[in-house]
Amino acid sequence: MESRDLDLDHDSVYDGLLGGDPSQWAFGTDFEDPLAGVDTTIPAGVDGAAPAAYCLMLGDDALIYAHRLSEWTSNAPDLEDDIALANIALDLLGRARLLLARAAAADPSVVPVLPEGSPVPAEDALAFFRDEPAFRNVRYVEAVNGDFAVTIARLLLFASHRLALLQRLTSSVDPVLAAIAAKGVKEVTYHRDYAGRWFLTLARGTDESRRRLVAGLQTVWPMYAELSRCSDIEAVAAEQSFGVDPSTLSDEVDAVIEHVLATSGVERPDVPPSGTRPLGREGQHTEAMGHLLAELQVVARAHPMGKW
Amino acid sequence: MTVQPEWPLYEIFVRGKRGLNHVHVGSLHAADDEMAVRHARDVYTRRNEGVSIWAVRADLIVASSPDEKDPLFAPAGDKVYRHPTFYAIPDDVPHM
Repeated sequence: MESRDLDLDHDSVYDGLLGGDPSQWAFGTDFEDPLAGVDTTIPAGVDGAAPAAYCLMLGDDALIYAHRLSEWTSNAPDLEDDIALANIALDLLGRARLLLARAAAADPSVVPVLPEGSPVPAEDALAFFRDEPAFRNVRYVEAVNGDFAVTIARLLLFASHRLALLQRLTSSVDPVLAAIAAKGVKEVTYHRDYAGRWFLTLARGTDESRRRLVAGLQTVWPMYAELSRCSDIEAVAAEQSFGVDPSTLSDEVDAVIEHVLATSGVERPDVPPSGTRPLGREGQHTEAMGHLLAELQVVARAHPMGKW
Repeated sequence: MTVQPEWPLYEIFVRGKRGLNHVHVGSLHAADDEMAVRHARDVYTRRNEGVSIWAVRADLIVASSPDEKDPLFAPAGDKVYRHPTFYAIPDDVPHM
């Protein structure tokens, strides 16, 4: 019964959603807990600061990109893609919840202090009550959506890079990160497939769809290099074998991107990368981030004692 | 090149985890067959329902007309002897 005991170490991410009333679930409640059977305890004496910073950084990538993609809800070119983009956003949000909760467990000092008696859980406090400089997401995910072609180009590059990262993370020495990555690999494989198919469809569609796709790729390309820049947080994570140095993924990801470009008949953009440092990972964000956070956080901040 | 004003309609069939056969769940629009399967995954299997999807172009389905309802189906209405309900099933025959 060892695995059962381990499950008692943490709350299933779905517990908070159920509210004790299973009748609201049309298809039952047999959701899979991604951390079932995983030892989620932080070993005594282990300094949680480095793993917390790493989980926070990856969680922020997922949270901020989830918010951006969710802006397509009710605005996509047709109902089917509206739902597809919302599904992708929800996958990212699920990963953000797991990673932010892990960050809070590894180092409680990263969680913003709320008024005494506030029922807001740690993952929500991290999402809604941190100021912009405390966010560690790459700038790449905070940029405005642009049109559908820009969104597809951005998603293709991000999903290709994130898939390679998560595949590597499945062998992290942190069993929780490894389990979160294993869940993410299945999700991001679909995200890449979705973006890749649309990339090909737009490239081979009409003159207008191709023009927009090529322009979209030009738009997202300068920031793409940021995904492969190793920040101090990632350098420590790679050294301690619970994380990955993203610069070691470049060749693998490039091969995938080259394949999609060649199949689509689209040239690799000849535009220089913007900047040379992983500024987003250092808490220095673009103007778009402030607007995004304002919308993301305004309701929660107005009700720090609120229960959701 | 002419651009179609709307994507073709597809009918979607999903086989559930506990179901043996594919069941019609609805319809959707998609630019091509592969995209129809992807869209069906996104639109009709979001709540953990499905393990297999069939997508069929709606214009490829041959359907009976409501006008033919009586000539097609009414004649079967009084042929009670076509139902195998007049046989005693032996106790050792399972799954009946």
